[in-house]
Amino acid sequence: MKVVVCIKQVPDTKGGVKFNPDGTLDRGAMLAIMNPDDKAGLEAALRLKDQYGAEVTVLTMGLPKATDVLREALAMGADKGVLVTDRVLGGADTWATSTTIAGALRNMEYDLIITGRQAIDGDTAQVGPQIAEHLGLPVISYAQEIKIDGDKVIVKRQYDDRYHMLESKMPCLITALSELNEPRYMTPGGIFDAVAAEITTWGRADLKDVDDGNLGLNGSPTKIAKASDKVRKGAGEKVTPESPEDAVAYIVGKLDEKHII
Amino acid sequence: MDFSLSKEHEMARQLFKEFAENEVKPLAQEIDEQHRFPRETVDKMAKYGFLGIPVPKEYGGQGCDILTYAMCVEELSKVCGTTGVIVSAHTSLCVDPIMTFGTEEQKQKYAVPLAKGEKLGAFGLTEPGAGTDAQGQQTKAVLDGDEWVLNGSKCFITNGKEADVYVIFAVTGKVEKRGKMMKEISAFIVEKGTPGFTFGTKENKMGICGSSTYELIFTDCRIPKDNLLGKQGKGFNIAMHTLDGGRIGIAAQALGLAAGALETTINYVKERKQFGRAIGAFQNTQFQLADMATKVEAARMLVYKAARAKDQYQKDGKTSYSVEAAMAKLCAAEVAMEVTTKAVQLHGGYGYIKEYDVERMMRDAKITEIYEGTSEVQRMVISANILK
Repeated sequence: MKVVVCIKQVPDTKGGVKFNPDGTLDRGAMLAIMNPDDKAGLEAALRLKDQYGAEVTVLTMGLPKATDVLREALAMGADKGVLVTDRVLGGADTWATSTTIAGALRNMEYDLIITGRQAIDGDTAQVGPQIAEHLGLPVISYAQEIKIDGDKVIVKRQYDDRYHMLESKMPCLITALSELNEPRYMTPGGIFDAVAAEITTWGRADLKDVDDGNLGLNGSPTKIAKASDKVRKGAGEKVTPESPEDAVAYIVGKLDEKHII
Repeated sequence: MDFSLSKEHEMARQLFKEFAENEVKPLAQEIDEQHRFPRETVDKMAKYGFLGIPVPKEYGGQGCDILTYAMCVEELSKVCGTTGVIVSAHTSLCVDPIMTFGTEEQKQKYAVPLAKGEKLGAFGLTEPGAGTDAQGQQTKAVLDGDEWVLNGSKCFITNGKEADVYVIFAVTGKVEKRGKMMKEISAFIVEKGTPGFTFGTKENKMGICGSSTYELIFTDCRIPKDNLLGKQGKGFNIAMHTLDGGRIGIAAQALGLAAGALETTINYVKERKQFGRAIGAFQNTQFQLADMATKVEAARMLVYKAARAKDQYQKDGKTSYSVEAAMAKLCAAEVAMEVTTKAVQLHGGYGYIKEYDVERMMRDAKITEIYEGTSEVQRMVISANILK
């Protein structure tokens, strides 16, 4: 069984998002990490490796420094890493990205493709399903649990207030949630092997059946007018007063405490 | 001379840091207060290969170097001195002598499960009357047929009751050296559960309270003849060689404690306000922090240099790292004590309260000036080398 996991190097937003004066992300000021949903997807693939001996390949598109996340994935247990990098691919939106990744995947063998649900730097959740569309594959999004049964995959899909149990024949594409699992750590020996490992690097010329008009900035229909950090809310506090009078007293007390009234 | 870390060492540090923050730090205060050995953490460290970092892969280890191992102990100790010493005693004092002096059979039987983390190791040299003076050993081993019979006791043994495999030193006779009769000391591998091997007092310590420190008692304890480690009579050399390596581990622990206390204090002085501003805005605080940071960095350089020297020894079998290890431990231990003490001072009254990590770090730091050779012993090793 062959599994390809699509991963992305993203800026760590834990400490807040930093912008350049022109409104674009100041990636240099933020730590680069493996996108959390993708990491959960990788962990799911590594569990398939533990259980069924699946071969796990990680695929990313990005700058040469994106090899860092590929090496991290190898140090966690992935078997091979593929980087797609080329100047002409820069500035890609979800459409151009999924076109590129699909072009790379056409060169690869797979039974299952796993992507993260969405990346924390763009939050679109579009690339995974778009890849499936390009490749003509069924897609199951928001996977919470993945099981293999012969040539089928059985997925528990998360919904707001329920879950769906879905079955699909392989090959298919699954998008994973960071809640899917607790990703494993790298191992020290895995790190040493990963740094020594050869990463396959592909450029535009290696992409199969793609049109230049659908690649990079020029092939991206999305135009960003303005970007801003989302307003962060606190976790809030849940209280259960015994009576409406107590509730009113509590609220009034809080408003008073904060000098609102 | 290159002071930068390689890619693999940078990634390894990131791994150890994340593991320490997520898995070790949340338990540090609890295991200290309850004097509880963190078995769950040891199991997790075993799973991720932390208990066999410098051991070759063919012996179940990770195939990394001593620098990686030192960085592991450093990062663990930044958040928990107990966890740092568990790894250090296991790796440097038990796995290393078996890998260095053991037969192929002993390596397969003992080093492999130790490196995989299936078993935990310990080292027994110290006795009530034999600390710095290793010649004061009273524990005896007598060959009886195909077995060695051990009688005596060892004290202050790290990983004491929790270990499975012990490297134990005992007197096996007398030899004449430079006209004087000296005790002949040999090293042995003893397994937990061997009849006649029991545990005595659990030490109630000032610091590293989660570490299992016990007295080991041997009463007509019979072990197979083949469990002699190295040659008969070479125990003293084995012990000294082992402690040279062990000092790098303890130096890394001390470095971690100092660096952890520094980080904690930097965060604290940015938040703590007095006289209307953060105490980090006062020049006294700034100067104290500057001194602390400089000393931590100096200690780090010595620890990494010693680790690198041992790495070189692993490759060529002749590079000496004894003085480097002694300097690293002397410096890092004294820096740990000084920096953690200053950290408590900068925390003011809160630094004296157990809820604040620096209180524990200061108690944990003290032992690094004492075990695996006191600071005075390190000075003896260093001066003997420069005056020879």
